[in-house]
Amino acid sequence: MIEQVADPLPQATAVAKVVLELDVNNHPGVMSHICNLFARRAFNVEGILCMPVSDGKRSRIWLLVFDDHRLEQMVRQVEKLEDVLNVRRHGAEHEVFERLEGFFH
Amino acid sequence: MTQLTGAQLIVRLLERQGVQTIAGLPGGAILPFYDALSASSQIRHVLARHEQGAGFMAQGMARVSGVPQVCVASSGPGATNLVTAIADACLDSIPMVIITGQVPQAMIGTDAFQEVDIYGITVPITKHNFLVRSAEELLEVVPDAFRIAMSGRPGPVLIDVPKDVQNQLIEVQELPPPAVADLPPQLDLAAVEEAARMINEAVRPVLYLGGGVIHSGASPLAVQLAEQGGLPTTMTLMALGAMPVDHPLSVGMLGMHGARYTNFVLEEADLLICVGARFDDRAIGRAAQFCPNAKIVHIDVDRSELHKIKNAHVAIHADVTEALEALLPRVKAALRTDWLAQVADLKQRFPMQFPDIGDPRSHYGLIKAVADALDDEAVVATDVGQHQMWVAQAYPFRRPRQWLTSGGLGTMGFGLPTAMGAALAEPERTVVCFTGDGSFKMNIQELATLAEEGLNLKIVLMNNNALGLVYQQQALFYGKRQFASRYRVEPDFVKIAEGFGVPALDLDQADDPRAALAKALSEPGPCLIHATIDREQFVYPMVPPGAANTEMIGG
Ligand SMILES: Cc1ncc(C[n+]2csc(CCOP(=O)(O)OP(=O)(O)O)c2C)c(N)n1
Ligand SMILES: [Mg+2]
Repeated sequence: MIEQVADPLPQATAVAKVVLELDVNNHPGVMSHICNLFARRAFNVEGILCMPVSDGKRSRIWLLVFDDHRLEQMVRQVEKLEDVLNVRRHGAEHEVFERLEGFFH
Repeated sequence: MTQLTGAQLIVRLLERQGVQTIAGLPGGAILPFYDALSASSQIRHVLARHEQGAGFMAQGMARVSGVPQVCVASSGPGATNLVTAIADACLDSIPMVIITGQVPQAMIGTDAFQEVDIYGITVPITKHNFLVRSAEELLEVVPDAFRIAMSGRPGPVLIDVPKDVQNQLIEVQELPPPAVADLPPQLDLAAVEEAARMINEAVRPVLYLGGGVIHSGASPLAVQLAEQGGLPTTMTLMALGAMPVDHPLSVGMLGMHGARYTNFVLEEADLLICVGARFDDRAIGRAAQFCPNAKIVHIDVDRSELHKIKNAHVAIHADVTEALEALLPRVKAALRTDWLAQVADLKQRFPMQFPDIGDPRSHYGLIKAVADALDDEAVVATDVGQHQMWVAQAYPFRRPRQWLTSGGLGTMGFGLPTAMGAALAEPERTVVCFTGDGSFKMNIQELATLAEEGLNLKIVLMNNNALGLVYQQQALFYGKRQFASRYRVEPDFVKIAEGFGVPALDLDQADDPRAALAKALSEPGPCLIHATIDREQFVYPMVPPGAANTEMIGG
């Protein structure tokens, strides 16, 4: 059918960051489901960290993202993924990425 | 305790799930499964001529039944050929389980012959997907795939099975029970109360039904709500048939090719009750200018659809059936005489126009003549293009699941194999596929499958020897520079059909096209009905790209 004519993408002006904490099933492919979801919605992931928890059946994923107007929709899409058990939101003051700084400088 | 191969286990699990028919096309990496399938007395395999055909046959079966249906392909090119049919199912929320063969696990990642990462490829176009790593996993994965496909908002689920997993022996103590759908989300009764209050207080409410109403089996409830609340009702392309087109409260299809009056009625609305629809751009035009004066009640089983395009004043995350059942006793009976009179006045001033509908050699006339020769039990599928929009506008849909069309992806080539799927699932019905000459050529090889299966399917080919919808856009929006949209040669479709073993009727040659059509439609079995139509006929009215729905041209 017809091409889309849409308003230009609003420039991401928001600078505030948000930390998302995801509990997920730990099996190959979960990371690709999550990263692919952000990528195909043109939503930049600034930082990502993933480690298995407890008996290795679950993993925890930490994501550092910008708090733009699409975040709410993005989180709802993440919550729909079959392997995502829950999503928690933290402010940028959360220290998980801060504590890693040492490895990047 | 029984010993089974992984392949035999898949077949047993499919049988237990009640699967009757599978469409597919074999190749090396899926041969253990085919070998096991050959021993099944329950499951019938339909051999497609192209994997995309198999994918759409499964879709056709799913679209008429509402139950997840299965297609199968081999690794590599077999799997990639399914991609379009999977994406189409994903965008239209069609429940489907896709099984692909994969190279043995030891060879994954080595660029082995016919190795392709179909798991990776289908991540963005499935509801979920699996790469199975052991025969034991199948005990969970196969029922899970069906459960996910049918729960909440339906969708396609892919299972990629390496060949060694298909051959692996496993001791099975007990088969898992067949999958059932997850419980729907908990209904928020306070939100339902609030929605009912808004409906009761509204002066000019409009009910806006989407494909979710069909998926949820809620059409009778939606009609009941409309009648009780005196609600003029519009339907999206995906919802046609939810309310009979000639119901006094129906205002027809909204959006890009809806009637002028429909879009004007929406413009006047002070409340929009959106049920199982998603404010798609083809339906609402420019979002900011859609229903500018209306508050919005939005009911959807997919929470991420709520507030996505338009902020809802009341959002109800629920299965449509449950939400409507809760809403009905709370909505007051209302006549809304003034509002309905205003709607009737708009309808009279800006009606849908069907020029030449009395002439069966015109596009609308042909559609009308087909409809006149059939009853509401018939199933109608289309391909994609002008013919699709004309059928959506002019065919009198009166029953949910009567209408099968590619809405979200708009896939040319959808029509023939999807209609075949419908005919496979409901052999007692007459199935009609309206197609265009461009679309027809995209899965024309399935004529061979059609002849083999002898399905009761009539293909109505509306031949303008052009990619008509492209031609129309170039005429209207690209300064009439009609480039790459007209064909320079015209195949002899009648001979082609006959060459495949499908009887054909050329309406161009018929002295009495109406009688010839009625006869062809009433005889059992497959038939191609060929009709030349005028290339200069365009789909009107039309909302130009980027415009608001009220800024329609033509019609
Ligand atoms: C697979 C695919 N390729 C391209 C398009 C773009 N497209 C939309 S309609 C159309 C023309 C369809 O031609 P035809 O089937 O003859 O239908 P008509 O418009 O002539 O009725 C094209 C090329 C599409 N929808 N699907
Ligand atoms: Mg054409």
